[in-house]
Amino acid sequence: MKYSIFSLARAALNGHKNWPRTWRDAAPKKHYDVVIIGGGGHGLATAWFLASRYGIKNVAVLEKGWIGSGNAGRNTTIIRSNYMLPGNIGFYELSMKLWETMEQDLNYNTMVSQRGIVNLYHSDAQRDAYARRGNAMRINGIDAELLDQDGVRKMMPFLNFEHARFPIQGGLLQRRAGTARHDAVVWGYAHAADKLGVDIIQNCEVTGFTRDKAGKVIGVETSRGAIGAGKVGMSVAGSSSRVAAMAGLRLPIESHVLQAFVSEAIKPLIPGVVTFGAGHFYVSQSDKGGLVFGGDIDGYNSYAQRGNMPTMEDVCEGGMALMPIIGRVRLLRQWGGIMDMSMDGSPIIDRTPVEGLYLNAGWCYGGFKATPGAGLTFAHLLARDEPHEEAARYRLDRFRTGWTIDEKGMGAQPNLH
Amino acid sequence: MRIACPYCGPRENGEFSYLGDATPVRPSLEQGVDAMLDYVFLRDNVAGEMQELWYHGGGCRAWLKVTRNTLTHEISAVEAARGAGAAKVGKR
Repeated sequence: MKYSIFSLARAALNGHKNWPRTWRDAAPKKHYDVVIIGGGGHGLATAWFLASRYGIKNVAVLEKGWIGSGNAGRNTTIIRSNYMLPGNIGFYELSMKLWETMEQDLNYNTMVSQRGIVNLYHSDAQRDAYARRGNAMRINGIDAELLDQDGVRKMMPFLNFEHARFPIQGGLLQRRAGTARHDAVVWGYAHAADKLGVDIIQNCEVTGFTRDKAGKVIGVETSRGAIGAGKVGMSVAGSSSRVAAMAGLRLPIESHVLQAFVSEAIKPLIPGVVTFGAGHFYVSQSDKGGLVFGGDIDGYNSYAQRGNMPTMEDVCEGGMALMPIIGRVRLLRQWGGIMDMSMDGSPIIDRTPVEGLYLNAGWCYGGFKATPGAGLTFAHLLARDEPHEEAARYRLDRFRTGWTIDEKGMGAQPNLH
Repeated sequence: MRIACPYCGPRENGEFSYLGDATPVRPSLEQGVDAMLDYVFLRDNVAGEMQELWYHGGGCRAWLKVTRNTLTHEISAVEAARGAGAAKVGKR
């Protein structure tokens, strides 16, 4: 159905009893042109772009649990495009533009709210680095403003500007950045893809790949039987290494746990997203009033979807240094998600050495904001067999060729961002 | 998560820092680009029991070889990592 003010009014008169399913609970067919493993935001967006922009509608999305049960439901809902390096800057801006039209494109309220992000700086050197980043963004047509202390104070007077060790000197502001409702993004893509004939198959875990004599992938083995496929795309961040291993591949990825936190609801306080530049702490306020915040990964390999106390303590210390006003706010919930930490901090959208198998992986902390961009560029790769121009540098072989995209400038570490 | 340091006893994991998989061995330069690529960038990314190196910086400052399950965080063995670091270059 098409959602509108009229459908809402009609349903309201009937006591909201007659809403149809948002998407069908499909059973697997024998064969699809494209099978996408992973029913998160990325996988569903890929399916929708395949069907809507590339005319490939015989598509299945396989999800081992329920859609959006992985990292799509475990992030801090921030969207932004304040990147600096070639390869990243165009890609994330493409994604940002897709966020801006998403609700109309999908006919679904994904609660995209461009409330802005401020990355604070606390030293002269950091100000110079942010000025450089802001300039790189503006040269590429992306909005960026360098704020001095007064500029930040006007937006967020409650911050600890006079911190003895890390006084706030100012910040880099991207006004078009903001937040979106993470679950609604998943449901919106599912709704729109389903309408175009995409089969969304839940409780269907991939257990292996079917290969022909030449080694080409021609389908997947699943907990709901074998499914044939013209092409198979993996969108399983967190578990990329495990799924790729079924096809005999080793990836430049480690799986790490990242924690996120929500406080009890308080009255509106934080106007946008703010990040602490002297530690690792970022916070926004949800429409329900809870403060949504996070920091660094725990720092050890994990598939356990839960973290440990030292990181929680570190995150809360960052929060207290930045805004002591939250000191008596109680923590409501805390959880962990498994990140695909790639070895240069940037993602991979590429063909694999195994014919018929395509990879969308390595999103580190940054997968949520990339959801529409990754969907479009991965669909392009699957449909055309060549990379989308904005994802052309996200090669799997860049670690061999030296074309790594190291936004943080720290070398081969699986713990960048 | 607590790690039972063989020198200091059980300590919370905030005292330790993590290096990662203890299995890869730094290749010698003669082994070529592929061996180095493999060592620097590629990972088994084990889901299950994994041997890994931890440094007890907040305690005795020893390098430890810890056997830990990445699915559950359960630690089954901790021993001193003798010969870790520079001493292991080019050796099995």
